[in-house]
Amino acid sequence: MKFTRDWLFEHLETDRSLIDILDVLPMLGLEVEVVVDREAKLAPFVIAEVVSARQHPNADKLRVCMVDIGGSDLIQVVCGAPNARAGMKGVFAPVGAYVPGIDLILKNGEIRGEKSNGMLCSEREMEISDDHGGVIELADDAPIGASFSAYAGLDDPMIEIAITPNRADCLGVRGIARDLSAAGYGCLKDIDISPLDGSFNSPISLELSVPPEQEHLCPLVSGRAFTHLKNGASPMWMANRLKAIGQRPISALVDITNYVMVDLGRPLHAYDIDKIDGSKLVISLAKAGQTMTALNEKTYDLDENMLVIGDANGPDDIAGIMGGERTGISENTVSMFLEIAIFDQIAVATTGRKLNIHSDARFRFERGLDMTSPEWSSGYVARMVNNICGGEASHVVTLGPGAKWQREIFLANDKVERLTGMKVPLGRQVEILKALGFTISDSANGWQVSPPPWRGDIDGSADLVEEIARIFGFDHLPMEHLPSKDVIAQPAVNSKQARPLRLRRALAGRGLTEAVTFSFLAQKEAVMFGGGDASLKLVNPISSDLSFMRPSALPNLLSAAARNQDRGESDLAIFEVGPVFLGDEPDQQRTAVAAIRCGSSGPREWHGVRRATDVFDAKADAEVALSVLGVRRSSLQVDPSGPDYFHPGRCGRLLQGRSLLGQFGELHPSVASHFGLRSVVVGFELYLEDVPLSKSRGPARSYLKLSPFQSVSRDFAFVLGDDVPASQLIRAVKSAAGPLISDVQLFDVYQGKNITNGQKSLAVTITLTPQKATLSDPEIEAISDAVIYAAGKNCGAVLRG
Amino acid sequence: MQSLDAVSSEIIDAIAGAVSLDALEAIRVDALGKKGRISLMMRDLGGMDAQSRKEAGQKLNEVKSDISAKIEAKQTTLASVALNTRLVAEKQDVTLPSRPETDARLHPLSRTIEEVIAIFAEMGFKVAEGPDIESDYYNFTALNIPPEHPARQEHDTFYLPADANGKRKVLRTHTSPVQIRAMESQEPPIRIIVPGRTYRSDHDATHSPMFHQCEGLVIGDGIHMGHLKGCLIDFCRAFFGVDDLPVRFRPSYFPFTEPSAEVDIGCTKNNGALKIGAGDDWLEILGSGMVNPRVLKNCGYDPEKYQGFAFGMGIERIAMLKYGIPDLRTFYDSDLRWMRHYGFLPFDTPSIHAGLAGGGV
Repeated sequence: MKFTRDWLFEHLETDRSLIDILDVLPMLGLEVEVVVDREAKLAPFVIAEVVSARQHPNADKLRVCMVDIGGSDLIQVVCGAPNARAGMKGVFAPVGAYVPGIDLILKNGEIRGEKSNGMLCSEREMEISDDHGGVIELADDAPIGASFSAYAGLDDPMIEIAITPNRADCLGVRGIARDLSAAGYGCLKDIDISPLDGSFNSPISLELSVPPEQEHLCPLVSGRAFTHLKNGASPMWMANRLKAIGQRPISALVDITNYVMVDLGRPLHAYDIDKIDGSKLVISLAKAGQTMTALNEKTYDLDENMLVIGDANGPDDIAGIMGGERTGISENTVSMFLEIAIFDQIAVATTGRKLNIHSDARFRFERGLDMTSPEWSSGYVARMVNNICGGEASHVVTLGPGAKWQREIFLANDKVERLTGMKVPLGRQVEILKALGFTISDSANGWQVSPPPWRGDIDGSADLVEEIARIFGFDHLPMEHLPSKDVIAQPAVNSKQARPLRLRRALAGRGLTEAVTFSFLAQKEAVMFGGGDASLKLVNPISSDLSFMRPSALPNLLSAAARNQDRGESDLAIFEVGPVFLGDEPDQQRTAVAAIRCGSSGPREWHGVRRATDVFDAKADAEVALSVLGVRRSSLQVDPSGPDYFHPGRCGRLLQGRSLLGQFGELHPSVASHFGLRSVVVGFELYLEDVPLSKSRGPARSYLKLSPFQSVSRDFAFVLGDDVPASQLIRAVKSAAGPLISDVQLFDVYQGKNITNGQKSLAVTITLTPQKATLSDPEIEAISDAVIYAAGKNCGAVLRG
Repeated sequence: MQSLDAVSSEIIDAIAGAVSLDALEAIRVDALGKKGRISLMMRDLGGMDAQSRKEAGQKLNEVKSDISAKIEAKQTTLASVALNTRLVAEKQDVTLPSRPETDARLHPLSRTIEEVIAIFAEMGFKVAEGPDIESDYYNFTALNIPPEHPARQEHDTFYLPADANGKRKVLRTHTSPVQIRAMESQEPPIRIIVPGRTYRSDHDATHSPMFHQCEGLVIGDGIHMGHLKGCLIDFCRAFFGVDDLPVRFRPSYFPFTEPSAEVDIGCTKNNGALKIGAGDDWLEILGSGMVNPRVLKNCGYDPEKYQGFAFGMGIERIAMLKYGIPDLRTFYDSDLRWMRHYGFLPFDTPSIHAGLAGGGV
């Protein structure tokens, strides 16, 4: 909402400065976004007359002008503008003035031997437009020596404020003035809203033609005809104000409708009577297939849910949104029918959204107008038309029973304090509400309050409290710490919510950097990772790359890796903890933990610890993540299989019993290359929901019984079939060794010389920890024999000779 | 045969001249070994008469212990020399780089969320959660944003396809739906915060289609707007670590609160540099208000009995302000250079007792 200082003061009698007002507006809920004060910038520029202009003796394109700025002496200026000539009036910048368009402070100078003490300016040089065709030419009656900005109406600062959706009343300057007056920043001036009778019957009648159940779409409309008008340029004060708020003056009649919309927040619609087909304007729902060319020169397809106003020739106004081109006002208009209506807010919003028209009228209609405005604004507007364009006004025609806006809300005497903690004297509460236009009657322990017709947003007593509180001032709110019920704060996260926090630290501790990537991705990638269901496709994505809800966090991590690789960071280890979507229901959202690594384990270095990343890095990441979640590594089984996006021979599912807890692997080469990744990429992913919360047994650990007897280790090297999984051998060894076994480590894998093709050698070391007595050699021998036997029986393994 | 004195002085000279532990050992064996010269002389004592044996024995013993002591002393000296020689040989260039350590960082977003949680935990809040894909009802209608309400248009909502009943789900445009879910599932008093992902279909320098918010909700007996003010001032001062941070409450509008307030913090803007603290300017950082009675009713609460406040803040925004991160879009780019610069060490847990500002490099 834009307006100017003087425009505001048209409605507000005040001795407050603009600075004061700008300070208080945000505290009333009217956030000041921009203030443009051109006065200071243009202060040095004065109106001057060029008394004489002669050819510069040394330059073809320059003239030497003598300029009168109202002082005792004429000033000599060298000017290059083609239009600088004797007798013209223009804008002069004296020596010492800062000229913003050329970013220069003027000095006494000499141009090719002729003195030049100042400058005649173009609009661009003054930064009031881009026009640089010549120096500004003013009317002959422009007062010599006077301030140009005051003369041109450029000394009126423009203010732009953001209006929240509830404050439709402040979409008019008068509403803002009312708020300021209620806050003690002046007095709301009266405006003449008395009826204007008119002198003849309107040649145009109004008719509402909608089914009875739809009559609420237009509860009230008034209209009036004007004849013998003289349309032309609007008066300078009006044109200047419209220009200041960024509107282009068009013609007096059009400008009046625009002016009133900003002035009173009251959109109007004007028809050229001579262009109306017939003598009737009908308000009705459009017929499917009808089209209409609006004032923005675009043609719209209408449908049967859209309220339109039209004549015998069809619709030519989309109610509350935009008028039609066919019956619109032109410079030649002499007869006008002016419609002032109330339309249903929701209907206007729906139609406006469907047609994608964003007009100032729609903005106001869908937020709600003063429900009585078709009555009271009629006379005000008619007088303005007569004053500016002459002519005669007809009697008013009205239609509709009027909107139901009257209501009573009970406000208890203690409500303001109960809700805000702020003590506002009861008298002050009444005063504030009255100043805002509310009517009040006493009631037991409170008041019955009726909101004014322009405050459709007031819904209940909490809204009344807000009105009182904001005008009284939020600065008066007491500051009270929240009462605390615990001396020692309780944890804010439960054991489930604590898991991501711990996981992040554990994974970062393993050298994985945390990433946060988008929850959406491209269809192709969604499908590649098991998603792409139509129910998870965004209807209105910002781009096709971000059109599906992700089924996995891996693809966006891969994209991130590719971006880093392209920046020269090809060794990379990143993870993310975030949502993935198996469906659109709340219970189909999972919290995924995913990580990828690619390139080498670290930077090049001289110790020789650097190595290529492989699938066991991903496996270790997954195992660490699971151990943080309370799953012991020893309780996990690995099933050498996985989804299609992994290398079929280098991936695994981590299982606990029959439950799948996570999966890891080397990304399939075709997947890696789809993302543009040039090296091997490995990764894992698991869903927190799949990993059961470990049952809390309290903080105490189980009793630790340490054996006083020495542990012994024995190594075995087995030769077995290449296709036998190592886990099978370890399991066999472990169970054969019996209860004394405290550890099994596989420490060597060998294929090659001395091992038959299709076979491999696996070496394991077992650690036996006796609990009752030191192990004797025969006991150790017996266990070794059992291990060897079991390895042979279960895995076809033989001890390597 | 040499006299004892001559043998003794020869051995002592040899000891003094020994250059290695091996040579010294050879000298010891030659003197004191089983067949050593001194040992043989001891053996010869057996053939002497008592008187001579006593004298010679005494003398021999003195010589023997003198030699032993000298060998021992020499051993210590030679061992020390040998060790020094080894140490010199073992010299390494310690200016060579050490083995590279992992250089991983946590994201400023998860860090900031943890800081927020730490502060609100002190005030008795619990963390609550809700789904990212929401029904229209939870995201809008229950929050007093009916269809065609102008506030709805300002949300730039992402929609999912309509189901068989014509209902379409949305990506939640704010964390506020979790207010409704919390009130539906529990009785007052309630104190929750809801950090989480939110979505709006907007993408430019200052908007991202996905971003993070933290919602707050307090419902209880006698909770009024003064508590809202106290709670949020306490939060802002703790979060930014500025004890006297000015905090301003400005009337505003949210359909789900009434009265509503925007919260501004004091700052100074100087040549593009921003300093949080008492200054001549204000920065908007969060929205808040007393829960609208219609919202309470939608959740089955009696607005005459219960009242409370709600607030919502952008996590990226407060992180950018606190940590001087200039560009919103960089949060989701996973640029390792950015992460190394703006990320946090994993062991640097924010807490009230150890501080919320983060340290380490």
